[in-house]
Amino acid sequence: MTPRGTPDLTTLDGATAAGRAAVASALNLLDDRRADARAAAGALLDELAAGVPADKAHIIGITGPPGVGKSSLTGALIRHWREQGRTLGILAVDPSSPIGGGALLGDRLRMIAAAEDDGVFIRSLADRRAAGGLSDEVWPMCQVLIAAFDLVLVETVGVGQRDVDVAHLADTTCLVAQPFAGDMVQVLKAGILEVPQVIAVNKTDLGQDWQGTVAEIASVCAADDEGWTARVVPTSARNVSGIADLAAAFDAHHAWLVRDGRLAARRLQASTDWVLRTLRRDFGERGIETLGGEAALRARLATTPGSVSAQSAALSAELASTTR
Amino acid sequence: MTTSTATERDRPWIMRTYSGHSSAAASNALYRANLAKGQTGLSVAFDLPTQTGYDADHPLARGEVGKVGVPISSIADMETLFDGIPLERMNTSMTINATAPWLLALYVAAAERRGIDVSALQGTVQNDIVKEYLSRGTYIFPPEPSLRLTNDLIAYTIRAIPKWNPINICSYHLQEAGATPVQEIAFALATAVAVLDRALAEGTVSRSELPTMVGRMSFFVNAGIRFIEECCKMRAFARIWEDLCRERYGVTDPRLIRFRYGVQVNSLGLTETQAENNVQRIVLEMLGVVLSRSARARAVQLPAWNEALGLPRPWDQQWSLRIQQVMAHETDLLEYGDILDGSPVIEAKVQALVDGTEAEMARIADQGGIVGAVESGYVKRALVKSHAERMAAIESGDIRIVGINCFTEATPSPLTEGVDGGFMKVDPRAEAEQIARLNAFRASRNPSEVAGARAALRDAAKDGRSVMQASLACAHAGVTTGEWAETLRSVFGEYRAPTGVDQILVSPRSDALVRLREQIRATGDAIGRPLRVLIGKPGLDGHSNGAEQIAVRARDVGYEVIYEGIRLTPRAIAQTALEEGVHLIGLSVLSGSHLELVKEVKLELDALGLERLPIVVGGIIPDDDATVIQSQGIAAVYTPKDADLNRIMAGMLDVVRTANGLAPCAAAA
Repeated sequence: MTPRGTPDLTTLDGATAAGRAAVASALNLLDDRRADARAAAGALLDELAAGVPADKAHIIGITGPPGVGKSSLTGALIRHWREQGRTLGILAVDPSSPIGGGALLGDRLRMIAAAEDDGVFIRSLADRRAAGGLSDEVWPMCQVLIAAFDLVLVETVGVGQRDVDVAHLADTTCLVAQPFAGDMVQVLKAGILEVPQVIAVNKTDLGQDWQGTVAEIASVCAADDEGWTARVVPTSARNVSGIADLAAAFDAHHAWLVRDGRLAARRLQASTDWVLRTLRRDFGERGIETLGGEAALRARLATTPGSVSAQSAALSAELASTTR
Repeated sequence: MTTSTATERDRPWIMRTYSGHSSAAASNALYRANLAKGQTGLSVAFDLPTQTGYDADHPLARGEVGKVGVPISSIADMETLFDGIPLERMNTSMTINATAPWLLALYVAAAERRGIDVSALQGTVQNDIVKEYLSRGTYIFPPEPSLRLTNDLIAYTIRAIPKWNPINICSYHLQEAGATPVQEIAFALATAVAVLDRALAEGTVSRSELPTMVGRMSFFVNAGIRFIEECCKMRAFARIWEDLCRERYGVTDPRLIRFRYGVQVNSLGLTETQAENNVQRIVLEMLGVVLSRSARARAVQLPAWNEALGLPRPWDQQWSLRIQQVMAHETDLLEYGDILDGSPVIEAKVQALVDGTEAEMARIADQGGIVGAVESGYVKRALVKSHAERMAAIESGDIRIVGINCFTEATPSPLTEGVDGGFMKVDPRAEAEQIARLNAFRASRNPSEVAGARAALRDAAKDGRSVMQASLACAHAGVTTGEWAETLRSVFGEYRAPTGVDQILVSPRSDALVRLREQIRATGDAIGRPLRVLIGKPGLDGHSNGAEQIAVRARDVGYEVIYEGIRLTPRAIAQTALEEGVHLIGLSVLSGSHLELVKEVKLELDALGLERLPIVVGGIIPDDDATVIQSQGIAAVYTPKDADLNRIMAGMLDVVRTANGLAPCAAAA
């Protein structure tokens, strides 16, 4: 099950036949829950962390409520990026069925993406009923896609509490809204939703007062803690207008993250999130408390050198010994 | 109300058989034979490449040429198809939608070449794109330009061919996709409203032409086995349509607002098991649409008893024609006025259908009409849900199907014991021969004339002018079907419709379902990952109901299901399997091209290093073909005989287990 004999993922081009096969089997490995696979997955993550530059690629989260044209907009973006020759790894996350755990996947994105394009790799994921909207596998899978592609998209459905995860995981989060999105403005105003870095006001072709919506949303977007003010971009996936502007807004945020070294810090934060998340999964909230609580753990992990798998293993061992 | 029993005898409806296969010449011979037997109209079935605008040598056409109908690549094929048939006296129905303007142009051009007065032509083109997005799947362009083409054709025929029915709005395929009677009426009439409103709004038809347009609107309806309800459905249909014409469009002439419809009785409801029982099903289904004189079908085409086995032979089609002839000419059916008028039972049922339909139509209107409701996925979801409920009722025995879920003990049928197995096979050389004819035809053309005609078509499409005149010029210049469609694809783009399987539905809870969930979960744990399956529809076949029901049930028993809708190339399916890391591929093929398509998918998978990924196949697959497919390394073949979805799920699970070195559960559902 280990990807032994497969090409070195850290230098892999995901748009080649060999690259695509290696990415596919790496993603399968990261999804594998058996003990030997877990060990191999940990080794793979360490290898990626060591071999892939800390600011490689750009992870963009795209989220928003159903019906705002998110998939069509994503499709238009994909075409735009492909015309520029950029390669894309995409994780499309959909809810699992509350009964039986099954899921229906794949329709949303492939409806609009070129099915035979080697430069686009789509893995659909069920959220497997994880709180926060993303399953445990998303962060590790992102690490593989970062290595293999220029851009990594994580698409999720919903708005509000369910999207907390994607905002933490992505370098740049884009919320898709539509004209007269009164609820959305209220959600932003009330601070229920962390303000994303880019907001697309889609369906400007409907002929409604999208300018008013853009202005209203812009008025509730103040600079965040780090000094970035969300950009609000009007788009129409149907008329392919505003797509280049939206892509430019992503690039601008990315350039801003890179310039001041924020990108690497953000990625580190996301990796810490994942270590905590797996601890919580395996030992529960009590496990976190036993180790001194989340804040203390974060501080400790920030100063502890080592890979995520080493960090996880060390903390798990510590917990195992204290609870014994 | 008249209560006469001595009214004038009604004229028999037009009798047709939906047919066409292999080549224009072979289909022509079949048509002539059918007409000689007393058939009174023709109903042309086109093959999938013709319906979806590809030439016979296009990669997507591979395996599909001449399978579900006749391949028509150019005017030469159209002339061959009607050779020796008097077009000026024929009533020809063409089941054609996305490429309707083109096939009508070829038909008209063929008539012009014979010196026939075009205005005398009679017939119907289906030209109803909305249900293609929902069920049948032979759409090409997005809804907006598609509806524009629909109206270009209507505006053309009401002026140039006044006795032509330029649109045959279909509820037929909605019923196949699971529609209840109310949904069937509501979705079809909402489509009619969209077409009429649009013609008026855009001025393709003037106000003064509106009554003419209303008078040429016709419908194409399915008739199922609940024949009393079906009869009431037709009365309700007519009542609401007439009200709509009067109230919404101000047309009051009773001749123009008469609800005119043709029928194909339910084909997908026919069974493979004890196929002879389909004869009485066909008779009863027909009774529902001819019984009530005030809502009697204008044209009837009956499927053959053996359609679930394979392509009907001429003798099978003859049997169905004879059913119509006995009904019309031997019985006293046509001698009376409407025998149901005044029945309180019928009236109550009709009123209930009318009320339900009006409520459903209001919901559709709230979403901006049928196009909005299709684009949002509302209609498709409603159909998938209704269909799943019907499947569940069959499984639970609430709906009884003789020979399927009750009275299954049977003596082997002598009808299927012949050397041909009781159905016809398309000549495997049909595709190569069609490609050869196409190449010869291309070589015979004047290239600059072809290029000029295509450029004019492109300009008309771009400028928003009607494409009909330009299409006629293309027909005469020798443009091919693929070239015509490619020209418009370059202007309008292509479309993929929502699959409708995204919503949460729960299959009926049963011991089998619970056991399956547990086994699937345990197998996922043993293999290391939750089990993932890809349900793929390769080729041009758009009949997705089966694939959708498999996808929904697979989700409900706990698989993570990747389903991407119809018309995928074998290469795209293989790539998806790789990207998605699936444990199993299920392919669905109903067009008869299973041998070719399954082989191609397998080759593409091998090329990606996925030679060990197991594949199962479902469709209308004769036993001999199933044997061939299984010898090529396909793990299992499912046909309409396999009506128990849980049993299929259990079979798929054992295929996955075996492929991963686990012992089969041998789980009987």
